[in-house]
Amino acid sequence: MNFDLSDEQREIKDTARQFFAARFKPEKVRDLAESRSYDDGLYGQMAELGWPGIAVAEADGGQDLGLVELAVTLEESGYACAPSPLMGSAGAALVISAAGSDEQRAEWLPRLASGEATGAFGGVSPDGQSTLFCDLPTADVAVVFDGDGALLAPASELDCEAAETIDATRSYATVVAAAGERMPGDADAGRDRLAVAISAELTGVGQRAMDMAVEYARERKQFDRPIGSYQAVSHRCATMLLAVEESRSLVYYASWAADAEPESLPMAAAMACARASEAAWETTASALQVFGGIGFTWEHDLQFWLKRSRVAGRMLGSPREHRDRVAALAGLGAGAPAGAVA
Amino acid sequence: MDLSLTESEAAFRDEVRTWLQENHPGPSPEGDDQAEFEFRRSWQRKMHEAGWAGISWPQEYGGKGATLIEQAIFNEELARESVPAPANVLGLVMGGPVVIAQGTDDQKERWLEPILSGDEIWCQGFSEPESGSDLASLKARAVKSNGGWKVTGQKVWTTYAHEAKWCMLLARTDQDAPKHKGITYFILDMEQPGVEVRPLRQITGEAEFNEIFMEEAEVPDENVIGDVGGGWQVAITTLMFERAGLGAAAVMGLRRTLNDLIALVTERGLEDDPLVRQRVAEFQIGIEAMRLGALRTLTATMKTGIPGPEGSLGKWQWAKYNQAMTEMASEVAGPDGVKVGTETTYRFLRSRANSIEGGTTEVLQNIIAERVLGLPRLR
Repeated sequence: MNFDLSDEQREIKDTARQFFAARFKPEKVRDLAESRSYDDGLYGQMAELGWPGIAVAEADGGQDLGLVELAVTLEESGYACAPSPLMGSAGAALVISAAGSDEQRAEWLPRLASGEATGAFGGVSPDGQSTLFCDLPTADVAVVFDGDGALLAPASELDCEAAETIDATRSYATVVAAAGERMPGDADAGRDRLAVAISAELTGVGQRAMDMAVEYARERKQFDRPIGSYQAVSHRCATMLLAVEESRSLVYYASWAADAEPESLPMAAAMACARASEAAWETTASALQVFGGIGFTWEHDLQFWLKRSRVAGRMLGSPREHRDRVAALAGLGAGAPAGAVA
Repeated sequence: MDLSLTESEAAFRDEVRTWLQENHPGPSPEGDDQAEFEFRRSWQRKMHEAGWAGISWPQEYGGKGATLIEQAIFNEELARESVPAPANVLGLVMGGPVVIAQGTDDQKERWLEPILSGDEIWCQGFSEPESGSDLASLKARAVKSNGGWKVTGQKVWTTYAHEAKWCMLLARTDQDAPKHKGITYFILDMEQPGVEVRPLRQITGEAEFNEIFMEEAEVPDENVIGDVGGGWQVAITTLMFERAGLGAAAVMGLRRTLNDLIALVTERGLEDDPLVRQRVAEFQIGIEAMRLGALRTLTATMKTGIPGPEGSLGKWQWAKYNQAMTEMASEVAGPDGVKVGTETTYRFLRSRANSIEGGTTEVLQNIIAERVLGLPRLR
């Protein structure tokens, strides 16, 4: 039993941390958010590092590493709140890897892994309710969960409406009707792996908000003392640590289980997604309170993490829906009502 | 990263499980505290004869010499099989380890074996009525007299004091030194005229703890652990032992409480109530996060050798989730949830102490803020 990243996994995480810190400084995030765009050159660099296909099989053109490796990379992408199609592409690739036919895999996985194409994902319920699709309408191909499994559609064939959400660091859209070619494999496993990937990003979002708040609480003085010396503030920060570490433990466990103990994945993924989405919001909102008035201004950077947590934390359903699924898997009642994707 | 047990860890778990199943002492006698304590003493003796009592102790002192992971597995199995706690809990998890780490050869010779066998019960005299979270402000005072010390003062929240032969006692030996530096760690013989033990009745109605009143109680020089004036450091070590390795057992306890809660909710026909489902899910998630956090801490401790301040999260989580679950059970149980004498009522009331005993949640949050997050100290 060893619940820690391996040296190689740690190296991947450190590399990603440095990559994002150097290239996605808050000014850059702000520029891209204001134009609601991605920097294709920077995404090209991520693709060269193999990140979109880090968990894709070698035969499909990927790095053949596991979900843990993707999770630590996305955690760092969330830490930087980097605007890029990495989440949509790596996420779509996870589902195609788990559920796609040989033809679907051959058509899309090598291109997603190389960065030549980008991906998107989301769900439309049988009664036509759409979730926010991550990286539509900008992507080339989309995974569409429809309550019966997952469909795969070239984005150009989907009737979608761009959604201008509060999270300007990523493109989102709603889809009018589910469409595409059904993927014959295990779409549930794909959805669970996707939930873990999103949770990993959210863990990084929470970590960054906490780091920002703690740094500010050390420096900012009121009544002649650093505000972090007051327990009302320091205990708020301790609560952030509890939330972030609970998320991280659940995310790492679920990423490990996805590859090593798949029978534990459904519960592990539901728990990770419920906790990480709630925790990222709690932590960013709590950070805003630590910053006080300045945190509420447009000029302050915290808003990017705060808004990302709110939108990304609902891409596969709300925390409430994930918790209901946890309750069902824990043996309570007849079972969860089937949402579009949750 | 690999969360599965290695072959040798799995073999260890099977060995523990088999032994516990074959040697389970059966249900504890109820309603008679003394009979229950003797039942636990004989259970401890049985464990000791098979080599299990000192699971964490080095083999040269009669222990099992188990790794931290094996200790976690062992504690998890104890909780899973619902065996009673050994009678001498404080001696096994605190007294023995502190004597092994800081004691002289003579002290080891004198004290260790009777701790393992349960022949001599240990208790802990740290807290005082005016020194709770601020333990270093304690006032019990030890004055030098030929060949030893005379101790006067009061201790409170002392578990098993009425059964104990020995008390791990912190007392002030230098009134002029800074508060952390004037304290000495003694082993006090409880069987003497200068020591009086009174039961302390708590909100559950039972008296699980005691108060100790000391009036010129005598302690010989050979019963000082570590240096005179160095007791604070010895105590810190002891408290670390108290927290290390117990996480796994605590998680198993919470799981049992959650399973009972799920059964209760179902019995009351509330399994489809959306609010109930949300809260049960929160507990499920919180308990799992605590289990995984304990495993991460364990892995880190095995690498570095010392438990870090992150361990404070586990104690906080335990109190938080146990209180919330017992509250909910009391709420959904109907009248039984507040009637005197039911298990639900007892757990509900007993858990009120969880966020106080062994470090208040507020103190744990201070530790996290100052030592993990590096926020400025309050004091």
